[in-house]
Amino acid sequence: MAHIELKNVTKTFGKQTALRNLDLEIADGEFFVLLGETGAGKTTTLRLVAGLDKPTEGQVFIDGIDVADWGAAERDVALVLQQYSLYPRYTVRQNLEFPLKSKLRRVPDAEIAERVARVAKTLRIEHLLERKTDRLSGGEMQRVSIGRAIVRNPRVFLMDEPLSALDAKLRETLRTELKNIQMNLGQTFLFVTHDQIEAMSMGDKIGVLNKGRLVQSGTPNEIYNNPRNTFVARSVGSPPMNLIDGKLVSGRAVMTAANFELPYAGASGSVTDGRALTFGIRPEDLQVEEGAPVEALVHDIENHGVEKILTLRVGDTTLRATAPAQMRVMIEDQVRFGWDPEKVALFDHGTGMSLRHQA
Amino acid sequence: MAAVRTTGERTLNRVAIASVLIVTLIFLAPIYWIVSTSFKPRNLSTTIPPTVVFTPEISPFVKLFTKRSQLRSAPTPEEYEAAPWWERLVFDGGEKVVRSGRGEVQLSGYPSRFINSLIVAITSTVLAVGMGTFTAYGFSRFKVKGEGDLLFFILSTRMLPPVVVAIPMFLMYRAVGLNDTHWGLIILYTAFNLSFSVWLMKGFIDEIPKEYEEAALVDGYTRMQAFFKVVLPEAATGIAATAVFCFITAWNEYAFALIMTNRRAQTAPPFIPSQVGSGLPDWTVIASGTFLFLLPVAIFTFLLRNHLLRGMSFGAIRK
Repeated sequence: MAHIELKNVTKTFGKQTALRNLDLEIADGEFFVLLGETGAGKTTTLRLVAGLDKPTEGQVFIDGIDVADWGAAERDVALVLQQYSLYPRYTVRQNLEFPLKSKLRRVPDAEIAERVARVAKTLRIEHLLERKTDRLSGGEMQRVSIGRAIVRNPRVFLMDEPLSALDAKLRETLRTELKNIQMNLGQTFLFVTHDQIEAMSMGDKIGVLNKGRLVQSGTPNEIYNNPRNTFVARSVGSPPMNLIDGKLVSGRAVMTAANFELPYAGASGSVTDGRALTFGIRPEDLQVEEGAPVEALVHDIENHGVEKILTLRVGDTTLRATAPAQMRVMIEDQVRFGWDPEKVALFDHGTGMSLRHQA
Repeated sequence: MAAVRTTGERTLNRVAIASVLIVTLIFLAPIYWIVSTSFKPRNLSTTIPPTVVFTPEISPFVKLFTKRSQLRSAPTPEEYEAAPWWERLVFDGGEKVVRSGRGEVQLSGYPSRFINSLIVAITSTVLAVGMGTFTAYGFSRFKVKGEGDLLFFILSTRMLPPVVVAIPMFLMYRAVGLNDTHWGLIILYTAFNLSFSVWLMKGFIDEIPKEYEEAALVDGYTRMQAFFKVVLPEAATGIAATAVFCFITAWNEYAFALIMTNRRAQTAPPFIPSQVGSGLPDWTVIASGTFLFLLPVAIFTFLLRNHLLRGMSFGAIRK
């Protein structure tokens, strides 16, 4: 159990800056997901917490103690990686025992056996215990890997895209399992991923990283409903938020390029009037129905079973909207759509910042 | 599943097999020559054309291990009767075994030279591979200032033909009293093999994902423990391959052994040809000495053959 804090952390590798003035706080028992693209600095953050790298500037605190001088072994964190995380040539049992056999811990043999048995049961890998790790499937490997982390009862779990190398079905199963484990253990998890679905479905809190900077951190709901800028709006949600350039003219959103306009519910005033803006609207807040204000052509249809995702075309602009699965619609059909004026997010066109956050 | 092959492919396959056979024969011919000569009676060893069919004899080996002198006259029948079977073989060759005043058989110089070879080759191999592995690990895992230059410098020690430094080395060794000592040769061979060992091991260690060690570090082990528990077992293949090459180099080294040693620490390579000059050249004895000398390398390589095969194709296996 631990509380983790990164204060003003900068990490450079030669001339490259991986992290820039990062401030991050993870509460005790929280499932914190760091979301970002490749090269955003997620893994670097994880390695700094693990003690595998040292920050160029700034401090890392675990339970309020500056751990600058602590090695990886002393920090008592567990690490699960995307691959190469199991010791080759060892059996599953030996892998699970490995952290307990460290001279640092001196766990008695009987307890080792008991703890390994308990973890193997939790993760349903009892039948694999005597098998060599190179004869496991990808899912089994990650299970063992997670097991090796749990068996130690560490202060923090660090996971670097542990599910990314697995196939979709398995990923979904393990996602649920991992979340359950975390809830049962009540431990602090720092989970790194590029997959926004993982972030949304597992995280108590999400931190969105972009080019070494923390763009926004908050609950999945906050991130989803109230993205701080267009980057977050684009990275979270599948399909992502529609972003349309335009401006506000006397309470109406006028899309200059696409040449259509829609009502806007929020207050307009000196801050917004005449300014170049980007309107953000989630696909589920776009309504495709007869009598709606704007005409569009159906550009593409994705049938997801529970719903359909339509790509609408207005001029050169494309928008994504969800529609009920039973809606009968064909490609190149003419439809009309409107939006929920309450759900529109406003971003400054130049900086991409949300006006709500600025205010 | 039966592979369907066209006639062209089949012919190509046959040509490939034939070529492999021919190459193998070419490589095996000298070995056959040495092995067969070491079992020949002396008078058949230098016949033209070579004798292929003969009754194998053990006498060359008896001669190899004993000190002998030429017979001035044939042994008396009593002497011949009293001699053990192996001594008779020497009598048959026109020689007799030299005995001490108390009647003990005098050994030739070969066994001690052979043991010297083993001591020098094994120790220098262990040292070169050991130090090379540690050095390579350091270069592979840590940021070393001027890494490229240092590695080049290490390699550059191999660019000089060893014979160039032989005379200065001899003078230096004489000055510090290292000539004709085991340690002298061990240090020399270790130095020669070290650069090779560092480079080869670096290649192997670079191939081992560093995630393994990092996992061990996080699991509560020190860097050293992680190295021994995780890296070393993974590097076993590379270590085996490097060891075989270092061992062969040290085992077969001739020039320095000839210059630096003469008795106490002399190894087998300079000793074997020196037998040509003692009395009449007996090629069967030289062949038998060479044959026995081939065995350790052959056995060592045979034991490590699986590692070697994997080592040769390293890089293609992992990833």
